[in-house]
Amino acid sequence: MPRRPLPEATPETKEFWEGTKRGELRIQRCRSCGKAYFYPRPLCPHCSSTDVEWFTASGKATLYSYVINQRPARGFEDMAPYVIAVVQLEEGPRMMTNIVGVEPKPENLPLDMAVEVTFEKQDDDITLPLFKPAGAA
Amino acid sequence: MSLRMSAAIVGAAETDVVGIQPDKSAIQLHAEAALNALADAGITKDDVDAVLCAGQSPVAVAEYLGIVPKYLDGTSVGGCSFMIHVRHAAAAIKAGLCTTALITHGESGRSRVGMGGWGASQQMLQAQFEEPYGVAGPPTRFTIPILRHMHEYGTTHEQIASVAVATRRWAEKNPRAMMRDPITVEDVLNSRVIAWPVHLLECCLVTDGGGALVVVSAERAKDFPKKPVYVLGTGESSEHSMISQMHDFTESRAFKVSGELAFNEAKIERKDIDHAMFYDAFAHTPMFALEALGFVGKGESGPFFEAMRTAPGGDFPLNTNGGGLSYTHTGMYGMFAIQESVRQLRGEAAAQLPDVRTSIAHGVGGMFNAAGTLILTNDDGA
Repeated sequence: MPRRPLPEATPETKEFWEGTKRGELRIQRCRSCGKAYFYPRPLCPHCSSTDVEWFTASGKATLYSYVINQRPARGFEDMAPYVIAVVQLEEGPRMMTNIVGVEPKPENLPLDMAVEVTFEKQDDDITLPLFKPAGAA
Repeated sequence: MSLRMSAAIVGAAETDVVGIQPDKSAIQLHAEAALNALADAGITKDDVDAVLCAGQSPVAVAEYLGIVPKYLDGTSVGGCSFMIHVRHAAAAIKAGLCTTALITHGESGRSRVGMGGWGASQQMLQAQFEEPYGVAGPPTRFTIPILRHMHEYGTTHEQIASVAVATRRWAEKNPRAMMRDPITVEDVLNSRVIAWPVHLLECCLVTDGGGALVVVSAERAKDFPKKPVYVLGTGESSEHSMISQMHDFTESRAFKVSGELAFNEAKIERKDIDHAMFYDAFAHTPMFALEALGFVGKGESGPFFEAMRTAPGGDFPLNTNGGGLSYTHTGMYGMFAIQESVRQLRGEAAAQLPDVRTSIAHGVGGMFNAAGTLILTNDDGA
C-alpha cells in the first residue's frame, strides 16, 4: 500500500515543518504591517516588507470550506471518503488540511464550525497539521 | 495602449476529431489544428512570424511545423492561456513585433500520448501544502469553494446541477459533442458523487483534441477569405497557485480583474453581449464567471441558471457548443471556447444563434488561479 505523498521542506518552509514535529503550528507575521500570513515565505505578501517573524499560532480555526472526497488519491486508498478542507486560522490566514476525528458527513461539518489543530506524525521528518472539531478527543 | 479593434482572428479551426484519439500525440494535435487554421485563413506556415501556445513549448511547435518565428509566447497558465495569447498577439502586432500570429492548442488529455507527467517535486508549494491532504486532481481542489458560495448565498445543489442541464441542451444540437443525451437536474444529482458536493455530471469531460487561431492586424483582416472576427476587448489576471489562498471563496478576483479590463477596453455594456462562452471545468465555474464579470450581482447566479436563461431559447445563450461539460475538454479547454465564439460570429456554429454581433469568451486557468477574457465582434464599425 503506497503511503500518502509527503513534502520535502525548502529553506523558507523549514521552520513550519520543524514546528509541526514539535507540536507547534509555526506561521509568520509581518513586523511592519502586523498581518499574519501563510504559506511561509521570507517577505510579507501584503506590504513586501522582509521584516517578518515566526510565531506559534493558537491552532484554533474555523471550517471555511471543504469537499468530501470519494475517489482517493494515491496513498489514501484506505481513508476514503475523507475531508479535504480549507480552514481559517484564528490569526487570519487560511490553509488546506484534513478534518479528522469526525465521521465525514455533511451534517457533522457545518461551515464556520470551530476546529483545532492536531498533529499526526508520518515519519521522522514530517508531521502533518490536521484539524478536528474543537474539544473532540 | 488599447487593443480595441486593432487585430482580428482570420483563421480558426479545431482538430479533425475531438474526443478520443489514442493514435495522436499532443504536439501532433497542435500541428493538425495549426494546419487546419492556416487553411481556414488561406495562408501557409511560411506566412506565420509569431507562434504562441501552451502545454508545449512554442519552440517545439515552431520547429514541428517548420516555422521561423520572430515572436514567441509560451504563456502557459492553464485553460485561459489562449485568451491571453490573443491579447498578447494583438499587442505584439500593434507594436510592430510581428504580423501574422499562430496560436495553437493540442492535448492528449484522455489518452495521454506525448504528455508530460503529473505530479511535482516534493519541494513544490503544492507538494508541501496540498498533496499531503489527499487532493486528487481538479475535482478535489477547484471544487472546494462551492460550499462557501452555497453557505453565503443559499445557492442550492439543484441550481448548480442546472448549469449542466442547460449546457447539455446545447450539446444535443452539436453533432461533434461527446455527450448528447438529454439530462435532468435529477439525473445530475443522482450521478455518482465524486467529491461531495460535486457529482459526476457536474465535472467536465476528459478528451483529446486541439485548436488553433490565426491573428493579424484589423487593417489586413479583410484580405482573408473568412469573415473577420475583431478583437474588441481583452483582459488577463491571476490570483493564487493554491486554492487555499483564494482571497474570497465566493468570488474570483482574477475573473473580476480580467473582465473589467476587457469591458473597459471594449467600451460596451454587459447588455450589449449577444453570446457568451464561460469556461466550464465544473458546473460552478460559469456561475462564478457570471457574477465576477458583472452580468448579475454577487450571489445571484444560482437562480439565473435555475431559470434556464442560458439554455436554448433563453435570453443569455451560454456555452453553445456544449461546453467542457458536454462538448469536449482536453485539459486546457479555453481554445474551444474561443473557437465557438468565432463560429457564432461567422455564422458557422452547429447551434447557430441569429444576429450575433458580439461574443465574450472567458477562460479560467487552473483552479481559479488565472483568467483571460476576450470580447469579440464581427462588426468592423464602418
